[in-house]
Amino acid sequence: MLTKPKASVILLSIALIYVSVLIFLPSIFIFYEAFHKGIDVFWNSINQRNFWQATKLTLIVTAITVPINTIFGLCAAWVIGRNQFRGRTLLLSIIDLPFSVSPVVAGLAIVLLYGRNGWLGGLLAGLNIKILFAIPAIVLATAFVTMPFVAREVIPVLEEIGEEQETAARTLGANDWQVFYRVTLPNIRWGLLYGVILTNARALGEFGAVAVVSGSILGKTATLPIFVEQAYKNYQAEAAFGSAAILALIGALTLIFKEILETRTHH
Amino acid sequence: MTSLQPNLSSTRQNKQAHSTRISLPWVITIGYLSLILLLPLAALITRSLTIGPVEFWQIATTPLARSTYEITFVTALAAGLINGIMGTLVAWILVRYQFPGRRIFDGVIDIPFAVPTSVAGLVLATIYNDSGWIGQLFAPFGIRIAFTRLGVFVAMLFISLPFIVRTVQPVLLELEPEIEQAAWSLGASEAQTFWRVILPPLIPAILTGMALGLSRAVGEYGSVVIVASSIPFRDLIAPVLVFQKLEQYDYDGATVIGTVLLLVSLILLLLINLLQQWSRRYAD
Repeated sequence: MLTKPKASVILLSIALIYVSVLIFLPSIFIFYEAFHKGIDVFWNSINQRNFWQATKLTLIVTAITVPINTIFGLCAAWVIGRNQFRGRTLLLSIIDLPFSVSPVVAGLAIVLLYGRNGWLGGLLAGLNIKILFAIPAIVLATAFVTMPFVAREVIPVLEEIGEEQETAARTLGANDWQVFYRVTLPNIRWGLLYGVILTNARALGEFGAVAVVSGSILGKTATLPIFVEQAYKNYQAEAAFGSAAILALIGALTLIFKEILETRTHH
Repeated sequence: MTSLQPNLSSTRQNKQAHSTRISLPWVITIGYLSLILLLPLAALITRSLTIGPVEFWQIATTPLARSTYEITFVTALAAGLINGIMGTLVAWILVRYQFPGRRIFDGVIDIPFAVPTSVAGLVLATIYNDSGWIGQLFAPFGIRIAFTRLGVFVAMLFISLPFIVRTVQPVLLELEPEIEQAAWSLGASEAQTFWRVILPPLIPAILTGMALGLSRAVGEYGSVVIVASSIPFRDLIAPVLVFQKLEQYDYDGATVIGTVLLLVSLILLLLINLLQQWSRRYAD
C-alpha cells in the first residue's frame, strides 16, 4: 500500500485538498472578510450598541454556566469514576444525551417546561419570575448543551489515576475536602481544565438552543452567535463577519489550548 | 496502646465523613441532571403524550413533515457516507504519513467543533453562493450550492468530518504496520492487503464515527438555517421546521416533530453504544 510513492502522493493530495476546501478555506475566509478592508472598517462594523449588548450578555451567560457545569461535572465524574453501582452505564448515557439531542429540541423542551402552559410556567408567572426570553432561559439552554464536557474529560483521568493516593491520604487523617483539594484535584487538573475550556467554548458559541428560548431580540436577548445571524439577515455583512471573527478567534485559542494540554497530559 | 485510641476514633470519624461525602456529589449530580436535562425532556414527552396517538401520527406524517425527514436524513446519510470514506482517508494520512504542516493539518480537523454553528453557516453561505470563492466555480454550470439542498449537504459535511477522523485515528494508531508487511510478504496484492487486513479492524470505528456524525448532522440547526433558504419541500430540514412551528405558536406541531427528532437521536445513541461495544470486543 505504501511502497508506491505515486499512490501515496495521490492519497495525500486528495486528503489535503478535501480538508482545505471544506474546512481550512472557510476558516481563513472569516478573517479575510473581517479584516481585508482594514482594522478601522472592522472596528466600525462591530462598534455598535447591539454588538456590545450581545457581548455583555454572552459573557454573563458564560460566567454563570461554566462554574455551575464545572461543579456538576466534578460531582458526576466522582459518582461515576469512583463508585460501582447498578445503572452506572445508564447514568453515563444520560449525561451524554445533550451530545445527541438536537439543540432545537433542547430549546423546545425548555420552552414547554417554562412556557405559559408548562409545568413550571404558571407557577413562576405567579411569582413574577421571567424565565423565557430572558437570561434564565439562555442560561438553562446553555447549561443543557454544555453539560457533558467536564464529566466526560475528568472520568477517564479519575479512572486512570486510581484510588490508592486518596485512600493513603485518608488513612493519614486527611478530611474529605483535604483529600479532594490536595490529592484528587492536582491529579485531575489538566483533564479538568480541558473540560472547562470545552465548556467555555461551547457556552460562548451556542446558537440553536439559545435561538429557541431567547427570542433573538437584537439589543436585548441576542447573544454573540445570534448577533452574527441577525446582522447577516439584516444585510450588515461587515458586522456579521466582524463578530464572527471574534468568535472564530476564541475557537482558535481553544484549539491551541487543547494542543498544549494534550502534550502536557501525555508527559 | 493508648496512643492508638485517637487514631481509631479519627478513622471512625473519617468513615462517617466518607458516607456524608458520598451523598453530596450524588445529590448534586442527580438533582442537576433532573433540573437541567430530565425535567425539560419529561415536559416534552408528556406534552406529546397529551396530543393523542391519532393526532400525533397525523401531525408527524403530513407531506411537509415527511419531506423534512427525507431532506434531513437522506442528506445527513449522504454526508456521513462521503465522510466515512474521506474521514478514514484523512485519519490514515495523519497516522501513517509524515509531511510538513502535519500538526497544523491535524488541528484544522477540529475547527468545526470549535466554531459556533452560526459562524459556520455565515461563512458557508458566503463562499458557496453564486459570487463566492467556491460558488462562482460552479455557477457557470448552473449548479447553485448555497440556499439549496446542496448547501445543506455541504454544511453537514463540514460539521460531521471531525467525528469520523477522531474515532478512526486512535484505532489506526494501534494497528501495526508489521501485519500489513506480513500479509504483503506472503504474496497478498495491495488491494488484498487493504480489503482483508487493513479495513476489517477499522470498520467498527468507521461506523461509530459515521453514526456520531449522522447524529450531529440530523440535529444540526445553526449552520443549515443560514446556508439554506429553508423553502418547504426544497431544503427545509426537520430542526428548522420545529423552530418555524414554535415561531408560529404551533406548540403541538413543534412538540410532535421535536419528539420524532428526539426518538431518532435516542435510536442513534443506542446504535452508537452497540457499535462501541462491538469495536471493544474487536480490540480484545
